[in-house]
This record gives sequence, C-alpha cells and structure tokens, in this order.
Amino acid sequence: MSNNGHGASFINRQSFIELDARERATALFDPGTSRELLGPFDRMESPWLPMQGITPQADDGCVVMKGKIAGQAAVVVALEGAFQGGSMGEVSGEKMTAALDLACADNEKGMPTSAVILLETGGVRLQEANLGLAAIAELMASILALRKHAPVICLMAGTVGCFGGMSLAAGLASYIVMTREARLGMNGPEVIEQENGVEEFDSSDRALIWAIHGGEQRYVTGLADELVDDDTPQIADAIRHFVSKGVPALHRSSRAALYRNRIEKLDTSGQWDPKEFRACWATNGSNEEKR
Amino acid sequence: MSEYTGVRGTVWFRAFTGRASPMLGDPNSVLTADAPLGKDHARFLCVVPDPHARFPCARHGEVGLEEAFTLATRIREVIEQDKNTIKRPIVAIVDVKSQAYGRREETAAIFLAAAAAADAYGSARLAGHPIIALVVGHALSGAFLTHGYQANRILAFDDDGVMIHAMHKEAAARVTRRSVDELGKFAKEIAPMSYDIRDYAKLGLLYKLLHVENPEEPSQQEIRSVQAELVGAIADARTSPVDLRNRLESKEAREMRKASILVRTKLEAQWLEN
Repeated sequence: MSNNGHGASFINRQSFIELDARERATALFDPGTSRELLGPFDRMESPWLPMQGITPQADDGCVVMKGKIAGQAAVVVALEGAFQGGSMGEVSGEKMTAALDLACADNEKGMPTSAVILLETGGVRLQEANLGLAAIAELMASILALRKHAPVICLMAGTVGCFGGMSLAAGLASYIVMTREARLGMNGPEVIEQENGVEEFDSSDRALIWAIHGGEQRYVTGLADELVDDDTPQIADAIRHFVSKGVPALHRSSRAALYRNRIEKLDTSGQWDPKEFRACWATNGSNEEKR
Repeated sequence: MSEYTGVRGTVWFRAFTGRASPMLGDPNSVLTADAPLGKDHARFLCVVPDPHARFPCARHGEVGLEEAFTLATRIREVIEQDKNTIKRPIVAIVDVKSQAYGRREETAAIFLAAAAAADAYGSARLAGHPIIALVVGHALSGAFLTHGYQANRILAFDDDGVMIHAMHKEAAARVTRRSVDELGKFAKEIAPMSYDIRDYAKLGLLYKLLHVENPEEPSQQEIRSVQAELVGAIADARTSPVDLRNRLESKEAREMRKASILVRTKLEAQWLEN
C-alpha cells in the first residue's frame, strides 16, 4: 500500500475518529451489505453495573455487524470508547467472542469469513473485574482459533487507545492498523506512574506517551502493519486490503524466538529514547526497512 | 488480604520436578522442566521472582518481556518436539503478582511478549496438548492472561493466599474512584469483583478447588494428592474439545454467567437469519 499518511489532503478528509462505534463499523463494509446483530433493541445490558448504581447501555458498548468487505463475508466488532472507556464487561466480551466463534464455525463449514475488531478500550471493566478478565482470555482463545482460517484485523483509530488485557488480544491479530492518534500498549502511563513512580513514567508528558505508544512508532518498529490517516475512505481501503490478503504465513505473536533474541540484545541499564530504540530494534522484519 | 511472597511457585515446581532451576540460556525468573506425571512426562513452567533480573521493573515476580518470551519459546519447543507423537501435558504453576509496569517494557512492546506467551499456550491447546493451570498463589491481571489463562483446565488452592483478579485492590479502588473499604463492600456482594478464591469458584471458570493445609510447606501426601488431581484434569482435557467452552458449560457458569449464555444463544440465532 502506498497511502501511508500522505494520501488524502487534510481538508478533504472524512474523520473516522469522530464517528461513533456503529458508524465506524458500518463504514468498513461494502455499501448496503451490513446488518447489526444484538443491537440496542435487544437490550443485552450488563447485569452487574446497575447493582453498583451505574446506568448500563442497551448494547453494552459493543457493536456487532455482519456483512461483506471486498466482496467477502466479514464480521466487524466495534467497542464504543465513550461508554465506560470501551471496557470489557461480561456482555460486551461475550458479544465479541461469540461473533468470532460464529465466524470460525462458518469458515469450518467452508464459508470464508474474516473478522475486524475496532479497539477503543482500557481493558477490563473493573466493575465486572473477573468476568471481564475471563472474557478477554476467552476472546484471545477465539482469535487464535479463527485466525487459522481467516484474518483477524485489529484497528485502533481513536485516542482512547488499546490498553490492558485487550492489548494482548490485539497482539494476537493477523494485522494491526493504526492512526497516528491511536495508542497501543499494555500499561498506560498513569498506571506505570502509580506503580513505579514518576521517574519511571511521567504521565503528563504527552510527547513521550505518543513517542512510545503511538501509531507511528508501532508501525515503524514493525508492531503495526499499516499506518493510516484519520480518513474513513483510507481506513476502509486498508481494511479491504488486509481482508483480501488473507491469513499471514506466520503471525507476529508466533515469532517468539525472533523477538526473544531482540529483547536479549537490548541494553537495559538505562531508559531508551524512543527514536533511538527504532534503530536497535529494527534489525529485520520491521517496516522501517520496508519504507 | 494475602501478601505476595513469590515462594509458592518454587515450592510446587520443586515438589513436581525435584528441582528449581531455569533451563540453559533462560533467565532465572522462568523455571522449566520435564517430569513424570501419572503415565505422562509433562512440561512444568513457573515464573518466579529474580531480584537480579535485567529489567528493573521485573524483579519481584512480575511477568515481563524476558519471562513472557521465555515461556513462549519453551512451549513452542514442546509443540515442535511432539508434532508427530503423543502430546505432552503442559502444567503452568501460577504465582504471579502482575505484569511488569515499566517504560522499557512499553517501548519494547510487552503487549506482544504477553500475547506471544498466550499464543504459545493457546496454540499448544489447539494442537492437542492438555494445558493445566495450577494457581498456587496470585494470578493477577495481565500476568495471568500471559501465564495460565489459556489452559483447558484451571485448578486452584482453596486458601487465603490464593487470589485471582483483574487488578489489585488499591489500584482498582483508584481507577473506579472508590475507597478501598467501599470496593471491599462491593467485592463481597458482587462475585466477579470479589478477591476471595471461593467467590471466584462461583463463576464456573475453575475445574477444581484443592485443599492443602499450608501451600508453602506441603506434605508428601499432599503433593501426591495434588499430582493425582493434575492427572485427572489431564485425562478430562484429553477427552474434551480443545476450546474453552467448558468454562461456560459448568454448573456454576449456568447460574453466574446467564448473560453470557443468553448473548451466545441470541447472537447465533440472528447470525443465521438472512
């Protein structure tokens, strides 16, 4: 692909980040092919939030849509970052996992079906704690099962980012697509500062945060497969590209020996400058060399 | 509430394998060994504290970059070695306080390291290896997702020092803007929030709760009985599907995860409509 960051002119962009989860999901399908499953009218709400005096949402912040992308069957699951920080609860988690399992079953029946997951999430919903964590473990198991048959594409577009347990789910993806505005990491800066002090991570240092977790750094160090503008047609184009590309020969998360060797070679005596890190990390397989 | 000591993992690893050392070339924080278990030869894995670990934020029993990638390579090795033979059981002995919270870890993509370990466990399960997680102490958050939560069967000690949770109490209180006391009150009433392993058992995710008088100093008799439980879990895993559906089909889950079950039923019905 050749549209890394310079394709659409800024003025003509149609922001994807400004769309809500339902609109984002719809925008990725071939026009007129998508329908929502377990939508708000089914009222599948969290049973745990009302017990704690928190108003639930009729879709639990998770939108599931089925339709066609690049002419092929696909399911899109989108988390709504505006509801409880896109966190994974029992219901939102099960919607996602069940959708992937149904896609997997279709593949096994000879009907190729890909999955796209839109991640705007801080991870586990702490009000549902252990059921949220269990949901992520089960989601990860379902990603592993599905990606044998069809690509599982994770898209991070907005500024909520993808953190906590859900970053592991993203790590299992066949392909990762990010905008410059998006972030991907296991522990957010606030959590690190709380646990290990401001010397370890100054969570008020916005530049540092994006230099480490931001889409550009992840792309350049080979940890994301495509960097896109906040432009709906460009993002939909990238998703079509990866759906058409199919299952990769080797998933990133399966290349344990490669990454273990890279970690072994790192000098851990001091903190790293994220820019300099690119050079010592990118020995092979990274996008720095592809550019 | 229990304090994490990091000794339980080593104690149980030694009880099962007769040693407590890393494999050649591995960091000191990951113990790996093959040892007899029933009629099988099983691979045992355990993450333990290493006060001299290369990464400063992973010196107290946290699962960091080296730990996760070492687990991943030691599991992938088993998948590769057993490709054309009987699939060795893999036993994850779990006593991990958390993932490593550090800037170096984030820069070098600890999310991918953790995913790589989970990938290895999950891929081994899909390949037919019985994966058993034995929670002997703490199993927290990202650390448990990395090491243990992809198992076919999860067993845990019925003991106050055992804790499975998404986040430790102080941090969870901060994030949800509650006091630790208030969180404790909710945690007692709402099973998924509880820090008590007996409440966790109500969620239906566990295969069994095992009683051991003192998990830091087990008797020979207790070790034999835990081994027998592991053998039983392996046999059960071998005759069941390789996915995780058992977690939703248990008697407890049918009660506590009604919403999950309803989501699956309704979503499947709507999926098939065209």
